[in-house]
Amino acid sequence: MLEIKNIDVFYGDVQVIWDISFEVKQGEIVALIGANGAGKSTTLKTISGILRPRRGEILFNDIPLHRLEPYKLIETGIVHVPEARRLFVEMTIEENLDMGSLKGEAKKEREITKQLVFELFPRLLERRRQLAGTLSGGEQQMLAIGRGLMGKPKLQMFDEPSLGLSPILVKDIFNVIKRIKEEGTTVLIVEQNVKLTLAIADRAYVMENGRIVLQGTGESLLNNEHVKTAYLGV
Amino acid sequence: MAQLELFLQTLISGFLLGGLYALIALGMALIMGVMRVINLAHGDFMMIAMYIAYWLFTFFGIDPYVAVFIAGPALFFFGLAIQKYLLTPVMKVDSILPHNQVILTVGLAMVFSNLATVFFTGDYRSTPVSYASSAWYLTDFWKNSPVELSLSMPWTISFVIAVMITIALWIFLTKTDTGKSIRATAQDLDAALLMGVNVDWVRMVTFGIGLVLVAVAGCLFLPIYYLYPALGKQFTNIGFVIAVIGGMGSTDGAVIGGLILGIFESMTATYIGMGWAPAGRFSIFVAALVFLPGGVASILRKRRLGK
Repeated sequence: MLEIKNIDVFYGDVQVIWDISFEVKQGEIVALIGANGAGKSTTLKTISGILRPRRGEILFNDIPLHRLEPYKLIETGIVHVPEARRLFVEMTIEENLDMGSLKGEAKKEREITKQLVFELFPRLLERRRQLAGTLSGGEQQMLAIGRGLMGKPKLQMFDEPSLGLSPILVKDIFNVIKRIKEEGTTVLIVEQNVKLTLAIADRAYVMENGRIVLQGTGESLLNNEHVKTAYLGV
Repeated sequence: MAQLELFLQTLISGFLLGGLYALIALGMALIMGVMRVINLAHGDFMMIAMYIAYWLFTFFGIDPYVAVFIAGPALFFFGLAIQKYLLTPVMKVDSILPHNQVILTVGLAMVFSNLATVFFTGDYRSTPVSYASSAWYLTDFWKNSPVELSLSMPWTISFVIAVMITIALWIFLTKTDTGKSIRATAQDLDAALLMGVNVDWVRMVTFGIGLVLVAVAGCLFLPIYYLYPALGKQFTNIGFVIAVIGGMGSTDGAVIGGLILGIFESMTATYIGMGWAPAGRFSIFVAALVFLPGGVASILRKRRLGK
């Protein structure tokens, strides 16, 4: 479904991604894990076209994303739920959801999808006329995920969805992500919470210093010695 | 009683003036919000619209209030072209100066006002509309009114149109996808991009709409003001002062700031002297910078978001 082939990414003259290749197959949850600064978010930003690879290809159902205008990404069926949520804080919850469904099919089915999102997150329904900036951190993350779902994605990419949330909320968010997968959306997730992420991931890639150093199924990585010592603290 | 009458009359004319100022500032605020750039040619675009309305009146006898519907669209398309062929390319150039576009707008302002001088001479012009000095009087409606107040007809019509345009803009910004995309782009450009907003297109539309607003303001000012090529600077200045009072890039702030400045100038003119209005404008500008650096918008934001 999504193929990343040998990409190099630079910030100015500094190379931050070194020859990364991986793939996401339909129906999977694939995780990129690693420490702060390993290049996980950079990889997602490159997929969504905010950054451009200097070398290599990114193909989504054979569409070359590395040559696509960033605003056309959502029309291919990829929705990127960005790091730190990036909500439109001075717009209402409902307006934020509307912003998630500007194009094509998603726009036509806006009201139907909105009901599904409200079913998934009843809190958002209660507060739909409130400004997004007045929500708590957990509610904001729910809204960010909901806004992503409004685009009716085939592939939904999550960048650090657990960032800054309490442990209970983190569990809730991961359950939601599992549910999204069960309903047929493919998921690519970037996380620092390695344990929980590997528990829900079908496959995962471990990134260190801009390179992929390990890959495998979620379960096999949970039992990997390197992962255990470096990320799980056991 | 005469004192009260004078005060109320000053308040009313300040309010009417403020409504028109708000329209100028709204356009500036929209552009500032999306582009993060002060359009220092704003008043000069208004001057262009006023000349369009002036010539339409002089040659075809078209009322300036009707010219709104010609000058507005004309400036809209002019704005699209300026954004597409001048501002966007300049934005993509790396340079040591961070705000290339601001400098470009300064250049545009010079070019426009000088071209106008070349083509139209520096003469002061006005449109002698038939209703120029008509007015409504409070005693016409209420015989036993303790105070006598008057409403100038052209000022009132201009104000009412300004209010209608402001309401139309508000509906556009809150109810349509394009309007929401404009607000979203102003709040978080990268996030808007991820939602599928074509940001370059939004910039064009925003610049176009900003110019429509100032063009309408120009047409509304024409029956009550003089027109000359260098008039732009003064109104750019006013728009900028309101942006500081209201809060950079905030449309709500622009409306409130416009009314504040209108009333303040009117008060200065009545109680200190006609010539002191610019000094009043300057002092409120400095006061806003010192005592309310975020403008009215920062108070609004605090109340709405609780932070």
